[in-house]
Amino acid sequence: MNGNDFTFVLDGENIRFEPGQTIMEAATQAGIYIPHLCYHADYRPRGSCKLCTVKINGRFGSACTMPVQPGMQIDNDTDELTAMRRRLVQMLFVEGNHYCPHCEKSGNCQLQAVAYHVGMTDSHYPHFYPLRQLDASHPDMLLDRDRCIACELCVRASLESDGKAVFGLAGRGSRTRVVVNSESGLLGDSDFSADDVAARICPTGALIPKREAYLRPIGARQYDLRDIAHNAPPDPPSPEQMP
Amino acid sequence: MHEHLEQASQPEGLQRLVIEPVSRVEGHGKVTLLLDDAGRVQQARLHIVEFRGFERFIQGRPFREVPTLVQRLCGICPVSHLLAASKACDPFVLGSSAITPTAKALRRLLHHAQVLQSNALHFFHLASPDLLFGFDADPAQRNVFGVLATNRELGLRGIRIRKYGQEVIRLLTGKRVHGTGSAPGGFLHPLSLAARASMQQDIDTIIDWCAASLQLARDQYLANEAEYRNFAATRSAFLSLVTADGAAELYDGVLRVKDAEGRLIVDGHDPARYSDLIREEVKPWSYMKFPYLAPFGHDGGYYRVGPLARINNADVLPTPLAEAARREFSDYGGGKPVQAALAQHWARMIDTLMCAETIRELLDAPELTGSEVMGESSDTLREGVGVIEAPRGTLIHHYRLAEDDTIACANLIVSTTHNNRGMNDSVRGVAAQYFDGRTITEGLLNRIEVAIRAYDPCLSCATHALGQMPLIVEALAADGQPVSQLIRHADGQFSRALP
Ligand code: SF4
Ligand code: FES
Repeated sequence: MNGNDFTFVLDGENIRFEPGQTIMEAATQAGIYIPHLCYHADYRPRGSCKLCTVKINGRFGSACTMPVQPGMQIDNDTDELTAMRRRLVQMLFVEGNHYCPHCEKSGNCQLQAVAYHVGMTDSHYPHFYPLRQLDASHPDMLLDRDRCIACELCVRASLESDGKAVFGLAGRGSRTRVVVNSESGLLGDSDFSADDVAARICPTGALIPKREAYLRPIGARQYDLRDIAHNAPPDPPSPEQMP
Repeated sequence: MHEHLEQASQPEGLQRLVIEPVSRVEGHGKVTLLLDDAGRVQQARLHIVEFRGFERFIQGRPFREVPTLVQRLCGICPVSHLLAASKACDPFVLGSSAITPTAKALRRLLHHAQVLQSNALHFFHLASPDLLFGFDADPAQRNVFGVLATNRELGLRGIRIRKYGQEVIRLLTGKRVHGTGSAPGGFLHPLSLAARASMQQDIDTIIDWCAASLQLARDQYLANEAEYRNFAATRSAFLSLVTADGAAELYDGVLRVKDAEGRLIVDGHDPARYSDLIREEVKPWSYMKFPYLAPFGHDGGYYRVGPLARINNADVLPTPLAEAARREFSDYGGGKPVQAALAQHWARMIDTLMCAETIRELLDAPELTGSEVMGESSDTLREGVGVIEAPRGTLIHHYRLAEDDTIACANLIVSTTHNNRGMNDSVRGVAAQYFDGRTITEGLLNRIEVAIRAYDPCLSCATHALGQMPLIVEALAADGQPVSQLIRHADGQFSRALP
């Protein structure tokens, strides 16, 4: 390491980076996991979930949006940050209706996996039990707003990868909802297709294909086998997976 | 038999005796005995908070999610709900065609493993302590650890029979409890030869142990016959599934009813038309409905379900050892259905042996390891009924679909609901027989529990297996003042806050 020009310190470790990278990108490249939900490598960061919050030279900042500077001292895997992230995830759980026990995404869900990673064992806060609309109008896809965390990934994927604009977010704060760009507001009346990139992007069980439910047995799913810190995003299910 | 006790003619002048809770997760229960001035039991009611909420919860959900969702109804027999819901949802995928032979074999295997493990839990963990040590034994002994301490072989066998059933469930669904496997249209994945081989390994031993445990249950009943015959006594008709030619059948079949005299009063009834047969009555004092057989009216239509109904109703059991045992049971009844509440444990162990033998047959069947597990049809239906024999009796799931393939409405009738009246009647019987009119005794409290548990362990707390169910017995005067109170604490100790 010649000088500190292209290195920074993450949890006491010297990490190389390429100029212009965000903290998230540099850490991911170095194989270090920073918890995140609204970040996806293929899209411009939005910085809304705040789960990737790290301590940069003693001050809080979002790893997914903050460009790395040479010599930065960054804390990521600390008790303090984990405790804060746990609270954030708990808030996400009580704001929506996340019933993991029968959710078909269970085991492949990033929200659930992050919750395990940060050691969440209860909801801590009282549940909001919001009333949200289920949209089963599309022949191949289901939009279950109960499980939406407003990460905006479907919005970005539809716009940037599919060249469509099927989704948008409406409302503010905990009342934010994903809305569908069609006259009726129903997914079935939009030009959304199960082949769209946006159809496979949702980190939770909010936007899922129909008829694939539980194809891969519980217990043999992506995050059943390994903690999210050591995982790539889930593979498509394969039917002959048996424990 | 004790109907006259249910509704007191002058409730104002009665004392209230409250026993609670008789339950934990699966529903909070309470027994109320209303006494008259002379201290006689005038009114007896078992209150159960039931899971009606699930029917609303299911509404609006995509049907493919429903089988996995509804199995959360119960931690003891989730697979029964998974399967009944899968059956009810099959027409949404298959129309009127059947699931593939492999899917059917896999579901049947799963179902029999479930009944095996649940019956084992019911008998060994929950009932055998009462039967072995007597109703008045120290609660510190009257539990599964007591059984292990005094009859180690029996206790261990019970645990291993249950474990075998759970292991089959795990191999088929990925988890011992609340896994996935069965789904609308069939089964999600084929069974590997390796998994089948591992199930085959122990099944002969399991059958031997089930046969030995059945002998024990029978001997135990017959040795105490004079007492057991009238304990918590009630007289009813019996409802269960049978095959078209009258053999016992747990997964499929037609509905049959035998009256208390043993006459076939309903036979070959299509389960999809269950609503022609069963009507549900609501009583103001209970959350749980009281079903009765509509064609026979409110009084004539009193029936029970469960292993006792299955063994009483069948002309024959499909496996040899169980069939021999059924004949002996039937001889004991003198050709009429056996009615005794505690004979349910004897019947349950015949049922368990039948499951173990059936599992061996299913494991040997070539279609079990076929690869065609999921069916499909373009000609689907919008309404479905799934009926199976769950461990504690007939279980009915009924769904109707909305335009977008979500559930428009759901109706579930669970075994406990069918037996609601039977349990009430048995509790009344116990109260009438054992309450001395003055003091709530430990003996009375224990006996009420024993009667309920003869039907349904779901109503008694799972920790009760450890002798730890907290229970409060309270006698209230007509003005609401408690006159006597007995508490059993979580550690099994009794105390009295009042005389
Ligand atoms: S539907 Fe999924 S991808 Fe879209 S905003 Fe909600 S959680 Fe994010
Ligand atoms: S991942 Fe950075 S704010 Fe969501």
